[in-house]
Amino acid sequence: MSPNSRRNMERLAPWVVTIGLLLIWQAVVMVFQIEPFVMPAPTAIFEAFLQYRDSILIHAWHTMVSTLLGFVLGIVVGLLLGIFIGSSRLVYAGLYPVLIGFNSVPKVAMVPVLVLWLGIGQPTAVATAFLLCFFPIAVNVATGLATVEPELEDVLRSLGASRTDILLKVGLPRAMPYFFASLKVAITLAFVGAVISETLASNDGIGYLMIQASSQFRVPLMFAGLAVIAAMGVVTYLFFAVIERRMTGWAVRGQNLAPGGGG
Amino acid sequence: MLAFSPTPASALPSAPQGDAGGGPGAAPFVKLDGVSLSYGGPEGLKALSNTHMAIEKGRFVAVVGPSGCGKSSLMKLVTGLLPPTEGSISVGGAKVAGPLKIVGMAFQNPTLLPWRPLLSNVMLPLEIVQPHRTRLRAHKAEYLRKARDLLETVGLGEFEDKFPWMLSGGMQQRANLCRSLIHDPDLLMLDEPFGALDAFTREELWGVLQEVWMERRFTCILVTHDLREAAFLADTIYVMSARPGTIIAKHEVDLPRPRTVDSTFEPRFVDLVHTIRSQIAQVRNEAKQAAKAKAS
Ligand SMILES: Nc1ncnc2c1ncn2[C@@H]1O[C@H](COP(=O)(O)OP(=O)(O)O)[C@@H](O)[C@H]1O
Ligand SMILES: [Mg+2]
Repeated sequence: MSPNSRRNMERLAPWVVTIGLLLIWQAVVMVFQIEPFVMPAPTAIFEAFLQYRDSILIHAWHTMVSTLLGFVLGIVVGLLLGIFIGSSRLVYAGLYPVLIGFNSVPKVAMVPVLVLWLGIGQPTAVATAFLLCFFPIAVNVATGLATVEPELEDVLRSLGASRTDILLKVGLPRAMPYFFASLKVAITLAFVGAVISETLASNDGIGYLMIQASSQFRVPLMFAGLAVIAAMGVVTYLFFAVIERRMTGWAVRGQNLAPGGGG
Repeated sequence: MLAFSPTPASALPSAPQGDAGGGPGAAPFVKLDGVSLSYGGPEGLKALSNTHMAIEKGRFVAVVGPSGCGKSSLMKLVTGLLPPTEGSISVGGAKVAGPLKIVGMAFQNPTLLPWRPLLSNVMLPLEIVQPHRTRLRAHKAEYLRKARDLLETVGLGEFEDKFPWMLSGGMQQRANLCRSLIHDPDLLMLDEPFGALDAFTREELWGVLQEVWMERRFTCILVTHDLREAAFLADTIYVMSARPGTIIAKHEVDLPRPRTVDSTFEPRFVDLVHTIRSQIAQVRNEAKQAAKAKAS
């Protein structure tokens, strides 16, 4: 097989798999005659999407905005926290257990508390999205900072470099691949947070739409909502995957092509 | 390949280097007085004990010893990255009390920054060391020429735009050497810089290093476990014992320069390497027997 056709196959594979799964789904529903209020066929879901398109898109936009706001907050806090943890052993030792404990709390359990503080609606969705997504960013940035070679640190310190110098010249650039990799994970978590919060405490957003549809047994509409969330998740993930490749190509190339030692 | 650098050295704010060698009465540039180092407090693992050294300005000194004897620790002590547990260290007449601010260092691992092309990698110290740091932006052209000259000297002239991962290990190590010298340090510390290279590349880089040193005459401390490397490059060889390391012998290498790979086959060279080797073997045996006697 030529490398060209192999690359083409790689590009086609996700489409083939997705369409294949949808076809199987459709076939299963038709063959076993599953009722639409148990499990609607993809065609029925698509019909529901077309029927309620305007309302779905408005709610989807709402979810998107909450997600992105929470995500931006998550980037800022995660980056600062990661730098803070990663550049001092003392802060690391003190803060790490607290962070692990915090991360172990299911964020659904925090929504009622957030409602108490922020009320029902968008602020709570933004806060939930933020709470879910800042952690992987912080951990990844801290990990990236920890990968700076100790020898390089010695070289720079014996040149009179301050901690800030080392952070700016070496630490942060070195942590960038980790940072951008974490963004892909963080954006999907932000979606999860926003939608969870909307299902519990909101009058807008895809989460709210699905709760409404569920209470009225409009199952195809629920599935249409799920599909829209999935689509938004995939699109934003891909967006950040492309950004990652653009910004930190050196890390990938370095791994693939690094020559061994010697001559 | 011996390109003589046309850089107008006087135009650059480097420290004076003219009085290389110094007289026999001159105060040593690097001085260690009864230095000991224990990791983890005075009761911890003793890496270095009661070490005395006196290195004159402009000398090329090699420190040899078995692996784990405390050579890297010695480097960190001299550069002030670690404080000694006992004794005192002075460099350039001043007591070392914290990281020195102008030392060039190079390790076995080239640690070039993978996101920077070679030229900008070599210029990294200029972004940190004063006074270059404040002058860099205004005198960019001058510094660029300096960096290019240096790359030219080590035979990397045409690779300045390449990224480190595009280069072989030997080329990366040459660039590393350039990076450690770009700010004209008075003191260069090399910790087994050629340890990861194959024999041919290593011998080639001995020549490169010797050439740069003969041109600039900075004070150089080279740590290595390769006796031939030490004898090829150094004026003085200090031999260290196994842990806890201490200086057990000092040899002057008065072979003429520039030395070549051919001179490593001359009888005087071979004799010297042989003497040092048997000295280390003897010390090892004594240590082993002492340990045995203790155990039984
Ligand atoms: N940071 C450290 N903490 C504790 N022990 C160390 C540390 N660094 C080195 N050592 C120990 O000190 C001894 C000397 O180490 P080192 O100076 O690296 O030797 P060399 O460079 O000659 O191989 C070794 O036994 C090593 O295990
Ligand atoms: Mg070592």
